[in-house]
Amino acid sequence: MMTDTLTETPTLVQPKAPLLRWRVITDHAVLIVGALFMLMPLVLVFTTASLPDAEIVKHGLQLRIGDQLDDNFTKAMFETSGFTDANSGLVMLKNSMILGVGFAVGKIVLGMMAAYALVYFRLRFALFAFWVIFTTLLLPLEVRILPSYEVIQGLGLMNTYTGLIVPLIASATATFFFRQFFRSVPEELVEAARIDGAGPLKFFIDILVPLSRTMIAAMFIIMFVYGWNQYLWPTMITTDEGMFTLVRGIKQITQVLEGTNLPEYGRANLLAIIAVLPPVAIVVFFQSWFVKGLTDSDK
Amino acid sequence: MKRAGFANPWLPILLLVPQLTIIAVFFYWPAAHAIQSSFFLQDPFGFGSTFVGLENYADLLGNKEYLKVAGFTVVFTLLVTFLSLGLALLLAVKADNVIRGAKTYRTLLMWVYAVAPPVAGFIGILMFDQSTGPLTAFFQSLGWDFKLGVVYSDTAFAMVTVSVWKQVPVNFIFFLSGLHSIPVAVREAALIDNRSASGRFWDVTFPLLAPTGFFLLITNITYALFDTFGVIDTLVKGEPGNNPMNLVYKVYVDGFRGNDLGGSSAQSVILMVLVLALTVFQFRLVERRIHYT
Repeated sequence: MMTDTLTETPTLVQPKAPLLRWRVITDHAVLIVGALFMLMPLVLVFTTASLPDAEIVKHGLQLRIGDQLDDNFTKAMFETSGFTDANSGLVMLKNSMILGVGFAVGKIVLGMMAAYALVYFRLRFALFAFWVIFTTLLLPLEVRILPSYEVIQGLGLMNTYTGLIVPLIASATATFFFRQFFRSVPEELVEAARIDGAGPLKFFIDILVPLSRTMIAAMFIIMFVYGWNQYLWPTMITTDEGMFTLVRGIKQITQVLEGTNLPEYGRANLLAIIAVLPPVAIVVFFQSWFVKGLTDSDK
Repeated sequence: MKRAGFANPWLPILLLVPQLTIIAVFFYWPAAHAIQSSFFLQDPFGFGSTFVGLENYADLLGNKEYLKVAGFTVVFTLLVTFLSLGLALLLAVKADNVIRGAKTYRTLLMWVYAVAPPVAGFIGILMFDQSTGPLTAFFQSLGWDFKLGVVYSDTAFAMVTVSVWKQVPVNFIFFLSGLHSIPVAVREAALIDNRSASGRFWDVTFPLLAPTGFFLLITNITYALFDTFGVIDTLVKGEPGNNPMNLVYKVYVDGFRGNDLGGSSAQSVILMVLVLALTVFQFRLVERRIHYT
């Protein structure tokens, strides 16, 4: 091996420069093709949303900008569909916001409280509580969807925000995440706080929570996107059209495309864009927090 | 627990009660209920139920349609997992190589992460539309008469494509962060030892990425099993008919639409066992991983 490289080196030096340039070009080519694969569908949906319905029906998705964007936007935001005329884009946007924010905040608050109790207190049944909580990581909501639905029905929580949000919170991802983080906080901090006479609540609110700011931001982004994008659970739990979220409304949008005389493709495309925009914006603008939160969660 | 903790007796209980209550009501109770009703046959008119033991399970395993769905789930899961992992790894390695525009590529490649599965399915419907879809037109120019929602394998192709498209960004982010965490010294040593880039990749980079890869393997299997529900439901437009579907979709169709509570619960329990096995497997891998990192 050693002798090999030694004897080969002089002959290899010459063609190295063009080889390198060739490699850079292929790298970029692969990345550009990849980026186009990821982006083109969304770009097409966006440009097509600016065209009149009649044209979309005839030619489908197109890569050119028309003059119907504001018209389609007004339709998507304020026009209603369905049987009860209660699901305008605006109402669905509000519901999606409540689900996304409510889920993220609920998950973070409960997770931090439980993680604090598990890490910083001498508890007799700590190990038991730990296992009870972390078993929930094993089974996603999808496998126990029907019995969960029955519980919600029994409690009379159909078509309520509580019924929409709380069952989704019944999993330990945030608790696990904050437990890992709290364990990495230096012990000296608690000792110092105790010497200064700070009680457990004061330590939590004045020291631990401010210390977790970045973690909270990262968790919030991931959980907001996760909550906003929920589909199966909202589909089962909301039958009242005034409670539909944007993502849940998608199904109805696609069904409206069938059957009617002139399917409202422009409106449907714009609703899809409105459903995608808030989570995408958060992920793109807070990229570094988001990436940190995501990749830290597997440790 | 920290060595220097607090000894307050009631505060930790108060802190744990909200989480434990929610978990008890919305996790343990439904899960127990699913296991219980999988042993009963529900009267279709709502007049109670009779204990049938393992009959629901036996019915499932003897049911041709269920086995077909299970078979499709296996193929679908494998295809989605390996295609999205492979594509993401390729893109991550290239994005790690380039100097100019690295950040732009990163942003462009990751934002589909935030697209909800049913929205991805909706975009799929437009892309694969029978008369106007741009991809359908492209396939037709190649001589492939693509028919979404009509031909079983064509619909399956669309499902796999859309699911992969949706999953590439997460894998890309993890692989890129894995590549960044390889120490510069190791890279430079590899550069001196091994002149060919592909040789360096397979001998040095790939083994160092293996822990990330194992973790992603399980994540992707879980994704293909559960989170693709929205993609499938939108692509078949809520009408399963003769279209392909996966096991989770069948739980939903049989239990929610078909009112076969016992059969659907038995299906849920089978899925629970499957996920438990996967998770145990994952924990064992994580343990091993601690040893060599």
